[in-house]
Amino acid sequence: MTLTSTETIRRQHLTDACCARCSHTTETPCNRYIDCRQHGPICHDDADCAAYLTSKRREALHQLNVPIIFLGAGTCGLASGMDQVIPALQARLAEQGMQLLVKEVGCFGLCHREPMLDIKKPGRPRVCFDNVDVKKAQAIFERYLLNDEVPTDLAMGIIAGPDDDPAAPECALPNLYDLTVLKHQRRIVLQNCGIIDPNSLDEYLARGGYAAFAKAIAAGDNGELVLTEVLKSGLRGRGGGGFPTGRKWQLTRQQTNTPKYLVCNADEGDPGAFMDRSVLEGDPHRVIEGMLLGALAIGATHGYIYCRAEYPMAISRLLHSIDELERVGLLGDNILGSGFNFHLKLKQGAGAFVCGEETALLASIEGKRGMPRVRPPYPAQSGLWGHPTCINNVETFANVAAIVANGGEWFASVGTERSKGTKVFALTGKIKNGGLVEVPMGMTLRQVVFEVGGGILNDRPFKAVQIGGPSGGCLHTPLLDTPVDYDSLIAVGAMMGSGGLVVMDDQTCMVDLARFFMEFIRNESCGKCIPCREGTTRMLEILERIVRPYRDEDSGATLQRFKSVIMLEELAQVIKDTSLCGLGQTAPNPVLSTLRYFREEYEQHVFERKCPAGACRSLLTFTVNAEKCKGCTLCARNCPASAIWGAPKQTHVIDQDKCLHCGVCLDVCRFDAVIAQ
Amino acid sequence: MTTHVCQCTREKLGEILAEFPAGRRETLIPVLQAVQEAFGFLPEDTLDSIGAHIGVSAAKVYGVATFYNQFRLQPTGKHTVRVCRGTACHVRGSKLLLDAFADALGVKPGETTPDGLFTLETVACLGACSIAPVVTVDDSFHGAVQTRSAGKILDKYREE
Repeated sequence: MTLTSTETIRRQHLTDACCARCSHTTETPCNRYIDCRQHGPICHDDADCAAYLTSKRREALHQLNVPIIFLGAGTCGLASGMDQVIPALQARLAEQGMQLLVKEVGCFGLCHREPMLDIKKPGRPRVCFDNVDVKKAQAIFERYLLNDEVPTDLAMGIIAGPDDDPAAPECALPNLYDLTVLKHQRRIVLQNCGIIDPNSLDEYLARGGYAAFAKAIAAGDNGELVLTEVLKSGLRGRGGGGFPTGRKWQLTRQQTNTPKYLVCNADEGDPGAFMDRSVLEGDPHRVIEGMLLGALAIGATHGYIYCRAEYPMAISRLLHSIDELERVGLLGDNILGSGFNFHLKLKQGAGAFVCGEETALLASIEGKRGMPRVRPPYPAQSGLWGHPTCINNVETFANVAAIVANGGEWFASVGTERSKGTKVFALTGKIKNGGLVEVPMGMTLRQVVFEVGGGILNDRPFKAVQIGGPSGGCLHTPLLDTPVDYDSLIAVGAMMGSGGLVVMDDQTCMVDLARFFMEFIRNESCGKCIPCREGTTRMLEILERIVRPYRDEDSGATLQRFKSVIMLEELAQVIKDTSLCGLGQTAPNPVLSTLRYFREEYEQHVFERKCPAGACRSLLTFTVNAEKCKGCTLCARNCPASAIWGAPKQTHVIDQDKCLHCGVCLDVCRFDAVIAQ
Repeated sequence: MTTHVCQCTREKLGEILAEFPAGRRETLIPVLQAVQEAFGFLPEDTLDSIGAHIGVSAAKVYGVATFYNQFRLQPTGKHTVRVCRGTACHVRGSKLLLDAFADALGVKPGETTPDGLFTLETVACLGACSIAPVVTVDDSFHGAVQTRSAGKILDKYREE
C-alpha cells in the first residue's frame, strides 16, 4: 500500500531490466538472472545500471530515505484491531502530507501482542510496537514521527540491521530477538514472516531468495544436488506423519511415467493450528521456492497448491506471487534457460477436513468427492490422473530453500538424532505468549510452554498440553520433559501432527476435550469406511453418556453407561486397526491418551457423576449463595426453564428439579452469587 | 423447499460456465465455487446445467456439492454468523458462545432466521486462535467474544 507522495519512490522493481542490454524475458531467459538481480549487473559494466540495481536492493531491504511504517496485517492482526488502526492512521498521514511508505507485512508470530506496528526511520533500527490501538497509534505518530522522540514506554523492542546506526537513540531499547519469547526460538521457516512485504518479490529476492533455486539450476544435474542435500538434511514431513522428504522425492524421481505432479498440501484443517496460514500469508515465496526445488528434484512439470478456502488472504497472496513469478519467468517454460518447465496452479479447498489426507486431496483436485482410497499404490507411483505425484506440506517446502542454500549438514546440525531442524508450533489455549513459535527439535515441552510460552494464563496450574490436533494426544505434567521430536511423542501416545499445541489449565475438562475431538472427527469422517463412520459415532455416544446427568437416565441407560465405558478402549483399538486412512486410524488418539493420563477424571465422571474442572455443565449443580445474592432478578428473567424463584431484592432459589444445567444464571450474574459444583 | 432459477440467472449461469472449459472434471469444484459466489448458494436447477457442461451426471454434481461443507443448496441469510469450533476456541468456551448465538437468534447451527437476516454456522478453525473464541460475521472478525456480548454483536448488524 502506498500513500501520499510515495508513488515516485517505487516506480520500478528490482526484477525489472536495468537497461536495454538486459536480455532477460520469459521468451529469452537469462541463466544468471537471479545472481544478476542480487549482485549484478553481471553481463555489462555500467555505473548507472549498478546504481539502479543497488538502489532497488536497498529499497527492498528497507533502506530508504523516508520512514517506513510496517503494519502487521495478517488475519490475526486485522482481527485483533489493525483494521481500525489502518484507516485512522491513513487519515492522519493524509493530514500531515508526510513523505513515508506504508507496508503491510504478515504475522510475526507474537499473536498475543497483536496488533503490531513497526516503524523504521532512515539508517535507524526498526522499532516494534505492540497492542496498538487507534489511540496508541496516534501517540506513536505524534511522538516518534513528528517530534522524533523515541517512545520507550510504548515500544516493545528493535530489530537492528547491519546497516543501521548502532549509536541511534532507538538502540536503548531491547533487541526484539532477546525477548524471552523469541530468545529460545530458532527461525528458519519464519525468518521473513512479519519482516518483509509478502506481496513483494523484490524483498524476497534481496534477502537471498531464489538463490538456492538458481544454484540448483546452475548445477545442471536435473535436481540431483537438491535431492542429495535434502536426503543429507534428514528433513521429515512436517504435515504430521514425519516421512523422510528425501526418500519420498527419490521414489517419485525414479518413476518413468510422465508428466509428474508436485502438490503442496495447504489444507490446514487441524483445529487449533495456523502455522501454514501464517507462512503463506507472511512469506509465500519461501514455499514456492521450495516447490520449485522439489519439482526439479522429482522431475515434475506441473504443481498444485491445495489451499483451504477459509484462508482468503493466503489465497490472494499466493495468486499474486504466482502471477509475479510468471511475469519474470521463474514459473513457466524453460525457466532460467535451463529447459526446466514448471507450471503452478492454486486449487481452493471447499471445506473438508479429510482432504488433508493425501489420496483424498488428490481426489478433490480431480473434482471428485474428497474420499481417501487404499494405498498402495502410493501417490508416488499413481497419483493425480494416475501419474506419479509427490505431496508435501507447506512447512516442509518452506524448509527446502534453506537446506539447499546452506547444505544438508547445516540443517542436520539442528535438532535431534532422528528429527532434524526446527518445528513451527501454533501455541494456543490458556497460555500467556500465544502465537507462532519455531523451536529446534528436541526442546522439551516444558521449555516450549513455560519459557517460550511464558506459562499459563492468569498463573493458573498447568493441567495438560494437547499436541497433534485430532490425531494427537493430551500429555500431563509428568510428561512435560518429553522432548519435542517425532519418535518421543509417538512413544508417549501423542504425535507431532502439523503443529497445533493447545495448553490447558485446571478449568479444562479432559472428558469434554475428548468429546470435542470425537465430535469433530465424527462430523468430518467422509463415511467411506465403516470403522471410522460408525465407530467414531459410537465413541461419541459413549462419551456423551458419561456427561449426561442422572435425571436424563433410566436404569437401562445407567447400565449402558457402565457397559459402554468398558468397551471404549476396545472400540478405539478396532477403529485404529481397521480404518482406511490416517483420519480414522488416529481418530481414537485423543480418547486413548486422555484415558491413559487422566483416567481418574473419567472415573469421577462415570462413578461420582462429577466434573472436577467444572466444564461439563450437565453434571454441575447450580445454587445461589444467599449472602451474595442481591435479588436483582436477572437470573430469574434469563432462566430458560423458569427454574429460579425469588421476589425482587430477595434471595433467589434454584429449583433443582426444573434446572436444565445450562449455566445461563452463572453467566449473567453480576455478583458472583451463583455457585456451580 | 425447491429452488428455481429464472431467466436472468440462467443467463448469468451461462456466463460463468463459459469461463471454464467444457468436459473437464477437475473444474467441477471451481465451477461450483463460482456459481455459489454469484448466487449465494447453489440453486437446484443449476446442478443439471453444470453437470452437462462438465460432462458428468447431475447426481455426481450433487454428490460433490453435498460432500463439501462450503456448498449449500439453500439460500443463506443476509449475514452469516460463523462461530469457530477449533480446539483453542473450545478451550476458551466457544460451545457456550455457540449456544448463546443460537439462543439469541432462535435457530440451530446451519439454520437461517425466519426473517432471512442471519444464518448461523460453525467452522472447524479460522486459524485466529490467539484471539479465541472467535466469531465472524460475514468477513469481519470478532475476537475474544464473551457469551453476554452475542446480542450486542448481532444488534450492530440488525441496525444496518
